[in-house]
Amino acid sequence: MGILYDDFKAEAEKSGYFVNGDVEFVEFLLENLKTNEERYGYASCPCRLSTGIKEADKDLICPCDYRDMDLNDYGSCYCALYVSKDVHEGRKEIESIPDRRFDELEKEKTIEEDNKTRPDSALIGDLKYPVYRCKVCGYLCARENPPDVCPICKADSERFERFL
Amino acid sequence: MNLTHVDGENKGEVLLFALSTCGWCKKVKDFLMNNNVEFDFIYVDLTSGDERNETVKEVQKYNEKISFPTLVINGETVLIGFKENEMKEALNL
Repeated sequence: MGILYDDFKAEAEKSGYFVNGDVEFVEFLLENLKTNEERYGYASCPCRLSTGIKEADKDLICPCDYRDMDLNDYGSCYCALYVSKDVHEGRKEIESIPDRRFDELEKEKTIEEDNKTRPDSALIGDLKYPVYRCKVCGYLCARENPPDVCPICKADSERFERFL
Repeated sequence: MNLTHVDGENKGEVLLFALSTCGWCKKVKDFLMNNNVEFDFIYVDLTSGDERNETVKEVQKYNEKISFPTLVINGETVLIGFKENEMKEALNL
């Protein structure tokens, strides 16, 4: 035991993220991420209910769209796979946190509805390049297409949204 | 809905909606077993088709956000997530 954990931890820390120090707990989650990858064809969050339809579950592919917000607000992601620096350094305890996905999806729906009725501003029309946003970490880049892999958090290009 | 029964001491009607892959769900299940509590559970991720729809509707009755683990005690006390102290209190442990 530990190899799976050590590799995962090293990879996370390269991108500036910290992993829960409970090796057994983390390895249980990592094994189940693998289970989900085999089941669905993508590594969907093991702590949330997937539909098996990639488009509907895209926000749940680990690292999920909600990891960074939960790290900020609670000190861990929903599964407690990733933790904040405070937790990592022992200044904060890990606890089971509420799932923000339902509320975030509602919020997103409202914003999309609002945007439909709002004409694009002149500024957006004048942009030389479209701006893409990584939904996992918030990285922004102005170029014709999103990068294949987010240079910050290593998320796939399909996790990018057109931002401007 | 296909429930799995776990024998133990009767502390009321204890029903756990869980995912087979979820760490906090495992913690709740282990807690109940370690405390010898009689309960039923279902791994919602392992259901499909009509059973999935039926089970999700059932979870939604107790937890609008359909998150896991959702623990229902006597059809009225709902504990969402792994809440050790609240479980102890609700189950008189």
